Amino acid sequence: MTRIDKNPHDAASDAAVTVRGLVKHYGETKALDGVDLDVREGTVLGVLGPNGAGKTTLVRCLSTLITPDAGQATVAGYDVVRQPRQTRRVIGLTGQYASVDEKLSGYENLYMIGRLLDLPRKEARARADGLLERFSLTEAAKRPASTYSGGMRRRLDLAASMIGHPAVLYLDEPTTGLDPRTRNEVWTEIKRMVAEGATVLLTTQYMEEAEQLASELTVIDRGKVVAGGRVDELKARVGGRTLRIRPADPQELGPTATALDEFGLTGPGNATVDTGTGTVLVPILSDEQLTAVVGALTARGITLADIATELPSLDEVFLSLTGHKASAPQDVTPADSREEVAV
Amino acid sequence: MSATAIATPVADADARITLRGHLRHTGALIRRNLLWIRQDPESMFDALFMPIVFTLLFVYVFGGSIGLALGGGQEQYVQYVIPGMLAMMSMTLSQGVGTGFSQDFNSGVMDRFRSLPIGRGSVLFAKIAVELARMLFATAVLMVVAVLVGFHIHHWAGLFATVGLSAVFASSIMWVFLTLGVTLKNAQSVQAMGFLVLFPLQFGSSIFAPTNSMPGWLRHFTDYNPLSTLADAARGLMVGGPVAHDLWVTVVWSVAITAVAAPIAIRKYTRKT
Repeated sequence: MTRIDKNPHDAASDAAVTVRGLVKHYGETKALDGVDLDVREGTVLGVLGPNGAGKTTLVRCLSTLITPDAGQATVAGYDVVRQPRQTRRVIGLTGQYASVDEKLSGYENLYMIGRLLDLPRKEARARADGLLERFSLTEAAKRPASTYSGGMRRRLDLAASMIGHPAVLYLDEPTTGLDPRTRNEVWTEIKRMVAEGATVLLTTQYMEEAEQLASELTVIDRGKVVAGGRVDELKARVGGRTLRIRPADPQELGPTATALDEFGLTGPGNATVDTGTGTVLVPILSDEQLTAVVGALTARGITLADIATELPSLDEVFLSLTGHKASAPQDVTPADSREEVAV
Repeated sequence: MSATAIATPVADADARITLRGHLRHTGALIRRNLLWIRQDPESMFDALFMPIVFTLLFVYVFGGSIGLALGGGQEQYVQYVIPGMLAMMSMTLSQGVGTGFSQDFNSGVMDRFRSLPIGRGSVLFAKIAVELARMLFATAVLMVVAVLVGFHIHHWAGLFATVGLSAVFASSIMWVFLTLGVTLKNAQSVQAMGFLVLFPLQFGSSIFAPTNSMPGWLRHFTDYNPLSTLADAARGLMVGGPVAHDLWVTVVWSVAITAVAAPIAIRKYTRKT
C-alpha cells in the first residue's frame, strides 16, 4: 500500500490531529491496520472509504470511546489514550446516527450538554438559545427531538457538538441516509462552520461530499490508508469526471471507443466499453474536453443518443487510485451526483 | 460563536473533575431522566400499579387462607404482606435502570455522554437517583392503598427506617441491573433476564407467606434470600418484633452486592465499544 505524506509542513507545528500507526483489531477483523494522518489547524480533512473501511473506528478512537491496540494519536496536543479527559475537552462529535436524546426537546438537549461541559446555568441557557437560532431550530426548540425531520436532527447534532467551542470537530458520515435536499442543507451548515475556521475531520462514503467540504483527503480501505493528498490533486489522479456516451446504434460502441482513443481525448485513462448499458465511459478533466469529444464523434459520423457526465463513484476512485475495487460492499452513490447533459 | 477558540492547555491535574463538577453533571443528567418521565408519564404506571395489583390480589384472594394459618384472618395477613410488598418493590422497580440504560446504549446518546469530559459514574448515579425517587413515590402511593385495605402502621419511625433500608438494598440491586443493561443486547433481554432472577427470589422468600411450612431444602434458600430478610426486617420495624438479625443480614447483602456489581458496571460502561 502506498502511504503518501501529504503534509508538506512540519507535522508537529500546525497539526491539530496527528495519527501515527493506529491499530485496532476486533478478533480477526483489522478495523484499523496502521493508519497515519494529519489534520492541519483550520482545515477539513476528508476520510473517504467504503462501509467497513474503518472510518467510524477511527473516529471512535479519536473520541476516546475505544482504546486503540497500538499506535499513537494526539488531538490538540493531547494523547487520546493517556489524556482522555483533556481530549474530551477539546473535541466535538457528530456521530453517524444523530446522537441527541430523542425524548428531550432541542433546547433541553443543548442545555444539558452545556451543563455537562461546566457552563454556568445562565451561560448554558444563552448558548443553547444562540445555537438553536444559528441552526434555524428556534421554532422547534420546545418540541421533542423525536418529532424532528432527519435534517433538523442532524442540525441539532451539529449544534450539540459545537457547544464547547471544540478545537477539533469530528463529523462521522454527517449526511449518510439523507435525501439530496437535506444533504445540501447540512452541507451549507458545515461550510459555514468551516468558513469560520473550524478544524474538521470528516468521514464520508461520497466523493462528491469530500469534494464539497474537504481541502485534503485520505482514502482508506480495510483499515489502511491507500491514498492521500489535496482534493484537486487526487481528483486529477482519479480523472475528475466521467463521460458516459451512448451511441444511437449499439454496433458503434467499439468504433466510438476507438475514435476517442485515436483522438487522444481520453484524459488520464482509456475509454472503456460498458456493453451492459450500451455506453462508452471516458474519464475527462475539463469542459473543453467534453466539447472536443462531441466534436470528434460528430466528425466520425457517429450519432449519439445520450451523453452524461458523472462524478466518479467511490468504486471508480478506488479503481483509479489503487487499481483494485473497494473491498467492502459499497452503499448507494448519491442520486444527485450525475447531471444529465442534453445533446 | 466560532469554533476556532484555541483550547487553553489543561494540565493533567486540572483535568480532574471536582466534586462540584460531579454534582453538576449528575444534576444535569437527573434533570434529563426526570424530563423523560414527564415526556412519557406512562412509564410511571408500571411502578405504581403493579404493587397495588399484587397487594389487592394477595390480600383478597389468598389473604383469608394464609391469614388463618397465621392464627388470624385477612386483617392479620394485611399486617404480614404489606411490609413484604415494600421489599418486593425494591427489587422489581430496580429493573427499570437496566432497561432504561439499555435503551440509552442503543441510541447514539451514550456515545455523546462518553465523549464529554464528565465522570464516568455520573450517568449511572443519575439513573439510580431517579429510579430511587420513582420508588419513593410508588411507596407513598402503595402505603395509602395499604392503609385503605386495613394496614395499621405501629411505628412511623419504623416506616421511614424501612423505606431507607429498601433504598439501600434497591441501589445495590440497581448496580446488577446496570451491569445487565450494559451487557445485554436490548431492553427486552434485560427484562427477560431480570424475570429469571426476580421470580425465584420473589416467591422463594417470606414476602407472601411465612416460610415455616416450606420443605427444608427450600428454607435454606429462603432464609438467606435478602428479600426474606428485608421483608422480615420491614415487619419488625413497622409492626413490631425482632429486627436486628434481619437488618444486619440485609445490610451485609446490600454492601456485598454493591461491592461486586458497582465496579463491574462502571468497568463495563467505560469499556463498552
